[in-house]
Amino acid sequence: MGVVTLTLNNQLISAREGQSLLEVIRENGVDLPTLCHLDGLSERGGCRLCVVEAEGTSRLLAACVTPVQEGMNIRTHTERLVRYRKMLVELLLAERTHVCSVCAVNGRCELQALAARLGIDHVRYEPLHPDLPVDASHGRFVLDHNRCILCGRCVRACDEVEGAHTLDFMGRGVQSRIIVDLDQPWGSSRSCTGCGKCVQVCPTGAIVARENIAGGVEKRPDFLLRILEGRQKRIWRW
Amino acid sequence: MTEFKNEKVSLATVWLSGCSGCHMSFLDLDEHLLELEKHVRLVFSPLADHKRFPEGVDVVLVEGAVGNVEQLALARTLRERSRVVVALGDCAVTGNVPALRNRLDSEAMVRTVYAGGMDFPGLDPAGLDEKEWVPRLLPSALPLHRVVPVDVFLPGCPPGPQSILAAVTALVRGEPLVLPEAMRRFG
Ligand code: SF4
Ligand code: SF4
Ligand code: SF4
Ligand code: FES
Repeated sequence: MGVVTLTLNNQLISAREGQSLLEVIRENGVDLPTLCHLDGLSERGGCRLCVVEAEGTSRLLAACVTPVQEGMNIRTHTERLVRYRKMLVELLLAERTHVCSVCAVNGRCELQALAARLGIDHVRYEPLHPDLPVDASHGRFVLDHNRCILCGRCVRACDEVEGAHTLDFMGRGVQSRIIVDLDQPWGSSRSCTGCGKCVQVCPTGAIVARENIAGGVEKRPDFLLRILEGRQKRIWRW
Repeated sequence: MTEFKNEKVSLATVWLSGCSGCHMSFLDLDEHLLELEKHVRLVFSPLADHKRFPEGVDVVLVEGAVGNVEQLALARTLRERSRVVVALGDCAVTGNVPALRNRLDSEAMVRTVYAGGMDFPGLDPAGLDEKEWVPRLLPSALPLHRVVPVDVFLPGCPPGPQSILAAVTALVRGEPLVLPEAMRRFG
């Protein structure tokens, strides 16, 4: 595989051809926030938190879905980018009803942690408070649409790693929603294996296990890499 | 370190639609309250049962979302009469638990809960400031900054005593306030 050279925040660095900008940026120790990206899953480019500036284009690039190219000149933390990232997280908080104090993953939520990290101490936009249901029909898991940020990590984990493709999206824009099979109660799904991968990868309290509904949930999305590596190297023999 | 000013700073605390947890957290300052007392004059607070929000307040800590017409009027008054307005806790900052009612029909809810589905006698008919009326709920419980300009946000449900102490100490001393990441968290 060829090597490309590029500039990252004024520093000359090299990368392997075919790598994404996000990979390279993180390999070089720069802390770039992401929400829809998860190591082990395909990229969706949906949350736009990983946007960077590239010299020669006024368009912002989502680092997770942009391959490195020879001679790129990338900036990750300009004033404009930091401002936009804050706005994005505030918009996510305003779009549904994120009441952290009564959430099962309070203190362990990626969205909450990111807001604190970005210096967000209040939301400047009017909250929409849409009237969304909670699907508690499954015996072991609960899906609370009010806390979903539509990152699609559950959809991809269920499809790409578990192979069930129980979950998907329905609707467009703010009307989008996660659905189970043909938009039916989760408990009635014939395709769901109950593996719980969606629970582990969900960055918020939108999908949690029933036993954790009272709080204290620790999510462990890093299991994906272990599974995928084991499959690729044929470690699993049973 | 900057010293406290010589004259005492006037401090008010207000309780709107909240559970009083933020005030409890304020009381959790424990022995620091004695230190604070040397530098502030508490001029209005549910802890001391003052009746009228005074003029010329230096710092006011506001707990709770703005949920009814009476609280809306008080929010406007306290803004007019205070130099620094602090949204204390998630209810004041985001709406939090009181705002969970925002997707529901508040009038119907009041009728169901308090009057068995009937009309509620004495419910403020049009947001008039009549003393004999029960203040009418606003259609939504609102974060304080959607109603009046807010100077300082202290998220948390409740914000920890350390956050309150850090903020109040800085404000009373007239120092700039930069909350560390751990004190900036919702929930
Ligand atoms: S439990 Fe497993 S199979 Fe069921 S929806 Fe979640 S990831 Fe898919
Ligand atoms: S349920 Fe969770 S993982 Fe799935 S899209 Fe919503 S926030 Fe993302
Ligand atoms: S922020 Fe939490 S502790 Fe403070 S009034 Fe609201 S519910 Fe109570
Ligand atoms: S992580 Fe790149 S768009 Fe979400």
